[in-house]
Amino acid sequence: MEQYSFLRELADSWGLLVMFLIFLGVGIYVFRPGSRKIHDDAAQAPFRNDDKPADPMEDRT
Amino acid sequence: MIGYGNYVKLIGYGLATLAAMIAANYARDLAYQVHMILLMLVAGGLFLWTVRQTDEPVKPTPTNEYMDDVVRYGVIATAFWGVVGFLVGVVIAFQLAFPALNLEWAQPYGNFGRLRPLHTSAVIFAFGGNALICSSLYIVQRTSAARLWGGNLVWFVFWGYQLFIVLAATGYLLGGTQSKEYAEPEWYVDIWLTIVWVAYLAVFLGTIVKRKEPHIYVANWFFLSFIVTVAMLHIVNNIAIPVSIFGSKSIQVFAGVQDAMVQWWYGHNAVGFFLTAGFLGMMYYFIPKQAERPVYSYKLSIIHFWALIFLYIWAGPHHLHYTALPDWASTLGMVFSIILWMPSWGGMINGLMTLQGAWDKLRTDPVIRMMVTSLAFYGMSTFEGPMMSIRAVNSLSHYTDWTIGHVHSGALGWNGMITFGALYFLTPVLWKRERLYSLSLVNWHFWLATIGIVLYAAAMWVTGIMEGLMWREVDANGFLVNSFADTVSAKFPMYVVRGLGGVLYLAGAIIMCYNLWMTVRAAPAKAPLPTAVPAE
Repeated sequence: MEQYSFLRELADSWGLLVMFLIFLGVGIYVFRPGSRKIHDDAAQAPFRNDDKPADPMEDRT
Repeated sequence: MIGYGNYVKLIGYGLATLAAMIAANYARDLAYQVHMILLMLVAGGLFLWTVRQTDEPVKPTPTNEYMDDVVRYGVIATAFWGVVGFLVGVVIAFQLAFPALNLEWAQPYGNFGRLRPLHTSAVIFAFGGNALICSSLYIVQRTSAARLWGGNLVWFVFWGYQLFIVLAATGYLLGGTQSKEYAEPEWYVDIWLTIVWVAYLAVFLGTIVKRKEPHIYVANWFFLSFIVTVAMLHIVNNIAIPVSIFGSKSIQVFAGVQDAMVQWWYGHNAVGFFLTAGFLGMMYYFIPKQAERPVYSYKLSIIHFWALIFLYIWAGPHHLHYTALPDWASTLGMVFSIILWMPSWGGMINGLMTLQGAWDKLRTDPVIRMMVTSLAFYGMSTFEGPMMSIRAVNSLSHYTDWTIGHVHSGALGWNGMITFGALYFLTPVLWKRERLYSLSLVNWHFWLATIGIVLYAAAMWVTGIMEGLMWREVDANGFLVNSFADTVSAKFPMYVVRGLGGVLYLAGAIIMCYNLWMTVRAAPAKAPLPTAVPAE
């Protein structure tokens, strides 16, 4: 099989499947138990440090 | 300690000036020669400036505050290039309606063919690009609670990008173009942009790495995908071999249908990652800030991000229906464009629902009205785009003014309005003003811009569908009824309306500049924060 046909068929079979599964995995991971608290905290990020960088002493990471 | 860095810099600037002089001397064409003289002046100017700085005491960099100077410069550059880009757009709109405006004495520089890429690059890369760079630098600092990484590197990003804009714009006027849509600059300008862009990536990523927040806020995800993808697109689409290092002309490495596919893979993802992902980063920060409540659903914003990333990159082939491109490729582009409906509308709903419980602000705050209108246009053009990518619809719409109308409802409505909203948000904050100079001027801007877009888009729908139908009309014997010139003369009234819509939009932007200027000059200063004594 020439290279073009091989790559083309790989892309619309296994390649497509792998991409789709990764995407589904991301979707499921977002809704994992316990993620709500993390997401609520992240959503508040724009409201925390408007005027100056966080104090280096208190690292939230 | 006296830094030796300046001596290294001086040698570099001196050599660069010399090299530019030699190149200008051997130049094979006008665009290249003018550019090398320009580079000589820039490098020479930097040399003098560095000489004056050398062995002077260096001001220590404050580490406990954000680096906002460069964002302020970015706000000014965005407003300036916006007005320039809109003005050129108005000029070429009237050139299409009244061809006599291709003034004889200004040929070939003032020709529509040379001004048109000047307009597209000025609005997309100069106005949009500066808006993205300055707002991303503002947002990444606030949401990472960290000062920008890389010290003065960010100044190289800002001024390097402005130099890229000037080189691109003057190149078009002087005839230096590689004739690739939205990628017209020639090889040495492309190389320069690549260097600037890598520095931008380093500053942005460095700031994220040293963040003091546990999460990378979703706006930064969008910005990062915008920076990385644009780098990839830019490099692949601009692979070309210069005819001579002393001339602007280059030859593309790809040929034929491969070249067309690479071009529209680039072109559509410039829309997807420059004009969509980057501006969504702005949306996910400025709408929550202006509405004073967190984004409606953070989970939805993550799904929105990944769906957009996974889908957009495949949509390019829909620009090449009914060409030498294989059918499977154009079908693939069409299918992925249609699936894109879902994440696009998910994102729009997420932005709109952020106002849940704060809808009254629409009545009182014209800035949030602008942001909401931008989302409405985002929803509208992401509905229209997939529809136009369907092969049957495309056979009517392609090569007509419908496409131009679609692009402008997205660019003026979505990108323009969210940028105006961001500028109205940023200016009082950055210059520490209590409020904007005048909300009623914001109202004027809002209505001028909105009516301008409606005139523009409606005129282009009418003329686009009309000319599409005229082109395919055949008589009983199977002969075409209309010549091309028939469609051109039939379009005249719509072209005038389109030009007037542009005038309104430009007028709104000029009002904005006045308002922002007066905000800095005349609005009451913000009361300094109560000086809190550190607790420790």
